[in-house]
Amino acid sequence: MAKRKTPMLDELENGKWPSFISDIKQEAEAREKTNVDLQAPKEVCNDLLDILELSYKDREGHWKHGGVAGVFGYGGGVIGRYCDQPEQFPAAKDFHTLRVNQPSSYFYKTEYLRQLCELWERRGSGLTNMHGSTGDIILLGTTTPQLEEVFWELTHNLKQDLGGSGSVLRSPNCCIGKARCEFACYDTQQACRALTMEYQDELHRPAFPYKFKFKFDGCPNGCVASIARADMSVIGTWRDDIRIDQKAVQAYVGGEFKPDAGAHAGRDWGPFDIEKEVIDLCPTHCMAWNGEKLGINNRECNRCMHCINTMPRALRIGEDTGASILFGAKAPILEGAQLGTLTIPFMKIEEPYDELKGLIEKVWDWWSEEGRNRERLGELIQRMGFAKFLEVCEIKADPRMIREPRSNPYIFWKETDVPGGWERDIKDFRKKHQK
Amino acid sequence: MPQLEVEGKAYEVDEDGFLQELDKWSRDFAQGYAAIEGIEGVLTEEHWKLIDYIRNYYTQFGIAPMIRKMCKDTGLSLKQIYELFPSGPAKGACKLAGLSKPTGCV
Repeated sequence: MAKRKTPMLDELENGKWPSFISDIKQEAEAREKTNVDLQAPKEVCNDLLDILELSYKDREGHWKHGGVAGVFGYGGGVIGRYCDQPEQFPAAKDFHTLRVNQPSSYFYKTEYLRQLCELWERRGSGLTNMHGSTGDIILLGTTTPQLEEVFWELTHNLKQDLGGSGSVLRSPNCCIGKARCEFACYDTQQACRALTMEYQDELHRPAFPYKFKFKFDGCPNGCVASIARADMSVIGTWRDDIRIDQKAVQAYVGGEFKPDAGAHAGRDWGPFDIEKEVIDLCPTHCMAWNGEKLGINNRECNRCMHCINTMPRALRIGEDTGASILFGAKAPILEGAQLGTLTIPFMKIEEPYDELKGLIEKVWDWWSEEGRNRERLGELIQRMGFAKFLEVCEIKADPRMIREPRSNPYIFWKETDVPGGWERDIKDFRKKHQK
Repeated sequence: MPQLEVEGKAYEVDEDGFLQELDKWSRDFAQGYAAIEGIEGVLTEEHWKLIDYIRNYYTQFGIAPMIRKMCKDTGLSLKQIYELFPSGPAKGACKLAGLSKPTGCV
C-alpha cells in the first residue's frame, strides 16, 4: 500500500487491461513482507507511485535533467535518474535504469528469469520493463552504489552483459526468424547475435557522433520494424521464384484452408475469393488465376509478402534467399523522421558475415569522420548526398535505390566526367562572344 | 546541492559528482578526485595530457570535444583513454577536468 493516497493512479486499476498500477502495488507489498536483505530502499515502489501521482496532479515530470551514472570500463548501459523532490520521496531519490542485453528474439528459460529477478529484487526496485523499445531488458530503478554490484553479479553469475546507451552501437534486435517462422529468409537471430558479439567495443564505449542501431527482419513483413527504427536495417528477401503448391491453392479456394491462417476469423468476410483477396491486391499485378492454377510472373514480383501472408500453406519464399540492406531511419529530431533507404538490394547473409561487416565498417568510418556532433547517419546522408554515400559503400547506383528520378535539374557533375574540366579563361570566351 | 570534500576543501557537485563551480577547479581537485573515478595513485603525464586538452578545448569552444576529435588530437586511442579513465572520457576525464555534465541521450 502506498503511504500517501493515489486517487488518480487507483482509477487505472479498473478495466480489463493488465494494470501497471496494480502490479507496482503488488511489488510494493511484496517488499514490505519479504525477508530478503534488500539493498535498494524498501519503500522504492511506494515512492515511485507517489511521484507518479504527483506528476499526474501537476501534469509535469518530476525527474531531474539528465544524470550520468555507469560502471567502470563502459561508457554506457546505465541511464542515471534523480527525482527532483528527494526530501519528499527519499526511497526513489536516485532511480537509475540498467539496460541488459536481451537474447535474440527474447527466448528465455524460467531458470534465467528467476536468477535475474532474484538479483533485481535484492539490488534494485523489483520493477522492470520487458523490454525497452530497442530490445534490452530494462531494470528500472536502483541506487548509484548498487550499479557495480548488479553489474558484477550479472557478469559473474548470470554470464550476462549490459546493453548500449549513449553515442554507441545500441543493442541490436531481431524478429523471431527461423526459430518459429516459415517466412524467414535468413537466420536473424544468429546474425543479430554474431554482430552483437563482433561489435562489443562499439556497443559499450561511445565513439560515434551519435547513436547507431542495427535491426534484423527475416522478411519484408518487418516484425521488428527495422525499416523505421534502425540506422541499418537488414530485411530478408529472395531473388528466385515463389514456390507454389497448386494443390494447397485449391484447398484455399475450396475453403479447406483459412486465408491468412485465420487472422480475420473474428468477422464474417464471406468465402475466400482468391481473385479479390490475392490477385487483385497484388501491387505489381503479376499474378493470375485461371480457376485451376495460380501463376506468378516472378520477374515482376516485388516480394511484398501479401500473397504468401494470405496463403501461407500454398506459397513459400524462394530458395535463393538473402537480405536487402537499408540505411538511415530515424525519429524526427533534428531534420525530420526518416525510413531506411534501400542501399544494397540483395546480399547473402551467411556466417561469418564478412560482406556485411565490411559494409558496416565502411559506413562507420565515413560517418565517424564526417558526422557532426549528434548527427544521425540518415541526416549525414541527406547533408552529403546519397551519391556520396554510395561512393563510401563502394557500390554502383541502381534504379532500385530510388522511388523516382529527381524532378529538379540541379545536377552536380564531377570535373573528371566533363571534357575540358572547370578551368576556363574568360578571354577565350570573349574571342567568340563580344561583351 | 551535495558537497564533496577533496583534499580538505569542499566543492559543490551535482548528484553525479560533476563540479558545479567551474572556476574552483584546480589540479589538486583533479588529483583528489581521481580515486573516486577508479584511478589509483598519482595522475600520470598521460592523464594530464587528456585533462589539459579537454580544458583547453572547453575554454576555446565552450563544449567538450567529440570523442574522435579527442583521440585524434591527443594521439590516445579510445582503449587507452579507458585504461587511463575507467569510467570513460565523458564520465571520467571530463569530470576530473571540471567540465559540466554531458547531456542528451545517454
